[in-house]
Amino acid sequence: MANVLVNAPKTAKKGQVVEIKALIMHVMETGFRPGTNGRIIPRNIIEDFSATWNGREIFRMKMSPAIAANPFVSFSAVASESGIIAFRWSGDEGFVAAHQVDITVT
Amino acid sequence: MTGLRLAAVLIAVFTASFALAQGDGRRSGYQDMSPALQKMQDDDTANPAMLFVQAGASAWTEKAGAAGKSCADCHGDASSSMKGVAARYPAVAPETGQPVDLEGRINLCRTTRQLADPLAAESDGLLALGAYIALQSRGQPIAPPGDPRLSSLRAEGADLYKRRQGQLNLSCANCHDDNAGRKLAGASIPQGHPTGYPIYRLEWQALGSLKRRLRNCVVGLRAEPWPYEAREYLALESWLMVRARGLAIDAPAVRP
Ligand code: HEC
Ligand code: HEC
Repeated sequence: MANVLVNAPKTAKKGQVVEIKALIMHVMETGFRPGTNGRIIPRNIIEDFSATWNGREIFRMKMSPAIAANPFVSFSAVASESGIIAFRWSGDEGFVAAHQVDITVT
Repeated sequence: MTGLRLAAVLIAVFTASFALAQGDGRRSGYQDMSPALQKMQDDDTANPAMLFVQAGASAWTEKAGAAGKSCADCHGDASSSMKGVAARYPAVAPETGQPVDLEGRINLCRTTRQLADPLAAESDGLLALGAYIALQSRGQPIAPPGDPRLSSLRAEGADLYKRRQGQLNLSCANCHDDNAGRKLAGASIPQGHPTGYPIYRLEWQALGSLKRRLRNCVVGLRAEPWPYEAREYLALESWLMVRARGLAIDAPAVRP
């Protein structure tokens, strides 16, 4: 199971800009490094990260082999309505991880 | 500003600088990091070591071994039972009368209490439990026990610390006492205090133990690192803790 740490406010005022942070455990193996046996270790990275607010996409990024292990992403969004912020990571070797948090907008 | 608030601010500033500097010139590696890295360490949702803490917290409650017991079954809530523990290891294990470091102590419970296999040195499982236990000592002063059975080990450590070794023919003290605060290529040389272990080291892109850190320094001297189970590490760790007595634990730390 994927190991994820998300930090988003539980409550916000309508129209407020909120900061959202997401950290995930992942090796982000570049595909350029030789292993101890001299052979290249196959690439194994997260390729895509996205966040939705009540199903509507609010953030998306493509990740590359130059991103360090255990990628940390921070972004902001305008609080529009109460509901669910959902996060999804996907990448090489069939990697998929999902996480969601509730937010109340008043 | 009211007098009361000014006094409160002054007290806060005074205690903060006392806690940081101890008034005797000793500095934790945290203070030698850039503000950006300090911020990364301080924010529990940006510090990647917290992913391992999360894994350690769940391992704490998992039953393991022939005894079918979890750490929590015997130790309960880690936030109280493990508070201050990381600040006083290496210590003598009552069962064996022998000194162990925190990883050794965890594995002693694995093998003698849970009747399970020991966790491999530097494995994610051992590091995660170590990080979770170390977190419970955050802010606690390093307090090596006054047990006389540790004296010879500490003396060995102090001696190793001062002994020149490797092709570079340098001692730990040459860097961490004589040249601390100066630069070694791009890196600044810290005083070498073990306040934050296990650490998330950016160069490793992983969590690692104090032993791994010491191995890096030994390799840096172009000396042959001792095997993981060698007494030399236990001796150095014991001495480093005495040398850092009173400095606050900031585990699990981020280091460059
Ligand atoms: C040639 C100089 C040099 C020597 C000799 C050396 N180190 Fe280091 N040590 C460093 C540098 C530089 C760092 C920090 C590396 C970094 O942050 O990238 C470091 C880091 C450390 C740390 C980590 C401190 C922290 O804040 O986490 C410890 C502990 C340490 N050394 C102990 C030792 C011991 C014990 C020895 C002797 C076996 C030793 N070092 C020998 C240069 C040296
Ligand atoms: C069956 C009960 C039992 C289980 C299970 C157990 N322990 Fe222990 N543990 C003990 C006892 C008893 C001691 C104290 C030994 C003594 O002081 O005589 C101890 C001591 C410790 C200490 C040192 C505490 C100190 O104050 O110095 C640590 C750290 C520790 N255990 C970690 C763990 C971890 C991590 C696990 C799970 C992997 C675990 N233990 C599982 C019984 C247990």
